[in-house]
Amino acid sequence: MSAKAKIRKQTESDFMKPSFLKTVCKHKILLLMLIPAVAYVIIFSYIPMVGIIMAFKKFNYMDGIFGSPWNGLNNFNFLFQSGRLWSLTRNTLLYNVAFITVGLILQAGFAIIINELLLKRFRKIMQSFMFLPFFISWVVAVAVVQVIFGYDYGIINKFLDFFGAQRLNIYVDPAPWPFLLVFFNAWKGTGYGMIVYLAAIAGIDQEMYEAAEIDGANIWQRIFKVTLPSLIPTIVIMMILAVGGIFRGDFGMFFQLIGNNGALLEIGDILDLYVYRAMASSSNIGMASAAGLYQSILCFIMVMFTNAIVKRVERDYSLF
Amino acid sequence: MMNEKKRHKKIPRDVLMFNIFGSVVSFVFAMVCAIPFYLIFINSFASEDTLIRNGYEFIPQEFSLAAYKWVLREPARVLYAYRNTICVTIIGTSCSLLMSTMTGYVLSRKDFPWRNFFSLFFFFTTLFSGGLVPWYTLCTRYLGFKNNYIALILPMIFSVWNMIIAKNYIRGLPYEMIESAKVDGANDLLIYFKLILPLTIPLLATLGLFTALGYWNDWYNSMLFITDKNKQSLQYFLHEMLTSSQVLKDLASSGQTEELEYYTLPKDTMRMAITCVTVGPIIFLYPFIQRYFVKGLTIGAVKG
Repeated sequence: MSAKAKIRKQTESDFMKPSFLKTVCKHKILLLMLIPAVAYVIIFSYIPMVGIIMAFKKFNYMDGIFGSPWNGLNNFNFLFQSGRLWSLTRNTLLYNVAFITVGLILQAGFAIIINELLLKRFRKIMQSFMFLPFFISWVVAVAVVQVIFGYDYGIINKFLDFFGAQRLNIYVDPAPWPFLLVFFNAWKGTGYGMIVYLAAIAGIDQEMYEAAEIDGANIWQRIFKVTLPSLIPTIVIMMILAVGGIFRGDFGMFFQLIGNNGALLEIGDILDLYVYRAMASSSNIGMASAAGLYQSILCFIMVMFTNAIVKRVERDYSLF
Repeated sequence: MMNEKKRHKKIPRDVLMFNIFGSVVSFVFAMVCAIPFYLIFINSFASEDTLIRNGYEFIPQEFSLAAYKWVLREPARVLYAYRNTICVTIIGTSCSLLMSTMTGYVLSRKDFPWRNFFSLFFFFTTLFSGGLVPWYTLCTRYLGFKNNYIALILPMIFSVWNMIIAKNYIRGLPYEMIESAKVDGANDLLIYFKLILPLTIPLLATLGLFTALGYWNDWYNSMLFITDKNKQSLQYFLHEMLTSSQVLKDLASSGQTEELEYYTLPKDTMRMAITCVTVGPIIFLYPFIQRYFVKGLTIGAVKG
């Protein structure tokens, strides 16, 4: 670096420094107010990002994240060789695709139906019932499974007995589970999504409906030509959020409903569940974090990808 | 004249048909949503004999309070679990509200020079995460979360999404207000507490309900960090009851347990009773909670 440039840099920094300090000073209270959240995010989000190096280490608890010896790509080799990765990724993806599709149809559909109902009181009651499961934790879903689908005393099996059909043992038989999982997801989520869409419908300009009525539109035309097009922005935003998280499974639901039941894992195992199991059994923490990193990268790519596409199609709808 | 008015009010045929169809469909789905709760509730009052004979029923043949008697015979664990969940919910929700609105307020200030930098700093954590394993290792090995109440509070205390919602809400308030308060000599902290917080009550109600519900329904953090039975949350207690009595039942059917008392337990109705005891408060407060949720949802629907 030439002497001249050095001097210039020095004067520049001398010039910058007080002004920077001054700004800090001026906003010191605002900066202080940021400290709790910034500290929280550094500790619980950014440090675990550094902790990704665990995926490349032979982790042991005594030496900790930084002290454990390196292990190269062995954790990943182990993960790929286990042969589970493809089916886990596929399950996570397909279940989420099913949840999103069924969810969209039920949520938007019921919002439109409920909105058209003329009996206000009936409408309110139906809405309250549909919203109820949203408030309950997945733990309670286990009790619901017992009451409805239980092998010995469940309602469904009583009906099957009545018709002389064979009993359904859902704790052993994996076949009904894809439907059950979609069912429980819809059971818990429809009420909430429906209310988001109902709020969007309430925001539609009433004059459009009046104009449609004057033009003699029937109810179907009103729904498909006015309500549905007006819902598109809400639908798109809900879809972006959902598609961005398509490789992130609903751990709570899968853990409570499938859990560690070996008979069901082939059909109901997802990445989140696998990472948890590998970690909880503490047999191979390194591999568990490798699987977690694999999932994080998939999620990141998916968010960036959806956002880029949405940005290209319609800038206003993109997240960032 | 009367006739014409009447005809004008008459519901068109297509609307009527749609209403009949819509009412039936939504009634069916509403029943699908609500009946499981009814079944759990009513069968918690069934006698174990009826249940074993007839299975779960819409109206049990024989009613009995035995399940509740057993649940409340040793109420210590239920009460501990209740105490833990209530304390954690109250502390967690208030701290969480404070953090998200305070951060949202700073980032909403147009004269704060680093607001874009910090917004990105927070937002990035929603895009990428280190995953469960490094986070868990950090919490247990370095932060001492094992069997510590902070393990039930800290993991859910700050949500970037809530912060963004708060930021957008506060940005919608008139900025001149803050400026005039500054002219009057109020500092930024005072502006936040005296001026901004009182204006964000609808926001606080919505975010508060979401957060409180998250804390109330949390079993995950208890599962990860708490082994001490007296420190577990209510939902995790329910989880253990639902699954571990399953374990006992398996043992009984293979004839490996000799405990006589186990056989006299009304196991299945007890599960229902425990579920009712834990879910009760939410169902009880439901009409109130629901009204605020529906009102507040439009606040949450603002784009980041």
